Amino acid sequence: MLAAKNLEVVYDDVMLVLRGVGLEVPQGRIVALLGANGAGKSTLLRAFSGLLDVHDGAVRRGSITLDGEPIHTYGASRIAALGIKQVLEGRRILADLTVEENLRIGGHVSPRSIKTNLDRTYQLFPVLADRRRKLAGYLSGGEQQMLAIGRALMSDPKYLLLDEPSLGLAPMIVQQIRDVIVQINQDGTTVLLVEQNAAMALSIAEHGYVLENGAMVMDKPAAELLADGDVREFYLGLGAEGSAKSFRDVKHYRRRKRWLS
Amino acid sequence: MNEFVATVVRGLGNGSIYALLALGFVIVYKSMRVISFAQPAFMMAGALLTGYLVLSMNFFVAVGVALLLTGLLGAGVERLALRPMIGKPVFVIAIITLGVDIVIRTVVNSFIGLDIRQMGDPWGLRQVDVLGAKIDQRHLATLVTTLIVVAALFAFYRWSRTGLAMRAASSDQEVALAQGVSVGRVFSLSWALAAALAGLAGVFLSTGIGLEQNLWLTALKALPVIILGGLDSLGGAVVAGLTVGVIEALVGSYGDNLHPVFGGDFFLVVPYLLMLLVLLVRPYGLFGTGEVERI
Repeated sequence: MLAAKNLEVVYDDVMLVLRGVGLEVPQGRIVALLGANGAGKSTLLRAFSGLLDVHDGAVRRGSITLDGEPIHTYGASRIAALGIKQVLEGRRILADLTVEENLRIGGHVSPRSIKTNLDRTYQLFPVLADRRRKLAGYLSGGEQQMLAIGRALMSDPKYLLLDEPSLGLAPMIVQQIRDVIVQINQDGTTVLLVEQNAAMALSIAEHGYVLENGAMVMDKPAAELLADGDVREFYLGLGAEGSAKSFRDVKHYRRRKRWLS
Repeated sequence: MNEFVATVVRGLGNGSIYALLALGFVIVYKSMRVISFAQPAFMMAGALLTGYLVLSMNFFVAVGVALLLTGLLGAGVERLALRPMIGKPVFVIAIITLGVDIVIRTVVNSFIGLDIRQMGDPWGLRQVDVLGAKIDQRHLATLVTTLIVVAALFAFYRWSRTGLAMRAASSDQEVALAQGVSVGRVFSLSWALAAALAGLAGVFLSTGIGLEQNLWLTALKALPVIILGGLDSLGGAVVAGLTVGVIEALVGSYGDNLHPVFGGDFFLVVPYLLMLLVLLVRPYGLFGTGEVERI
């Protein structure tokens, strides 16, 4: 089990971004992490994957444990070798390398099983197999996201941390990505899914967390979150009746943003 | 005709030295986005070590050991002087490399002394006849060795796991880290490679004519070469190095009577003129990569 306990993260020694956050990712599950922009979701993922110091961030209090062993002092490469891989937000494929080279770099920590992992990845994403000799920068957005996920899977991670895999993709492609995540999970990889697309995330997750301003405000099974009034209104964009909320029904003086008062 | 062939080979020989030096600049630039001004010092250190080691062993063994030591020196400099500066402005790091260069060169100079130190190489200033042209053996040796080293280097970058990791780290460090690449090790290795290549250039530069204190100035010729080839292009460094060498040699042989205004040493300026020309037309160099963009 991958877990964060009472985690406090600061950037540049002054900006407190996570304030006592706790989160548990039991093995074999899909866990969703929701929250508005700037809530601290990516920071939490970085804390898990050891990428905080790239951004001048540091864990100041609390701990991150993998099966009880504290890992928040480890460097990124050691954490990757332990089987925790993060797919960074915005795909971040290496544009001037070929698709296959991108995948091979994903298997950097397990050089012995690159061949089998390549085959498996191409089976999961047949479209990448067709384009294996092409420069990764020329792939479409959906293909790039698949490449980013495939790259992370190349080292057979136990835990996969996905940071907004639906970012900037068409609804059809989002469906595909969703199916892929389910498939990956069924193949035995535990998934922590950070999403703005709450409907998608909660439809496949078993458990969900909601992060707001650096603090965990909700921690419930996904089904309960889907039924929760606040989540429906603020994250799923639904009104109390379950239909899309129309701003026409709201009195205009309530809609207006007031800076004074 | 014979003179022409001899001139071209001499140009290729000198050009190989420029190429080796430029490769070092490019390797460091690719990994850290910094121009390392310490290359001349590593060049001198490599040559000096060879000069000392050759007294007690075979020349080729001496070169091997000297390059290994120079590489270690490069990695050590990176670890001690540059690693703590990661994340600081590029300008600051470049100035540090300048300081490192001065320190190492001062030490090296005190060992060289005022006399010319011989390398003990098997070529000396002997010449061979190729198609009737008299060609210095050392130029041929330089060219052949450089081609072999470059081929090995390219294969390393293209196919090996570490080479791939270095390319990944050069294009996106955070992504490389997330895949488990130790970016610190990539930095060390880059500096070691760059230092060893510069050392090799130094050895070849001082075969035949010997090693003396002012030889480091030759390393500055690598600057027009990397501008010409593109700061981030290994292939560009090689092509531009050879080009600059050949053009310089041609102007040296035939440029004397171009026009009296140019004077006799006009060939010394040619690389820089070439650099200015390229900067006007292609500011990122002939082979510098434009970004891959989806359309």
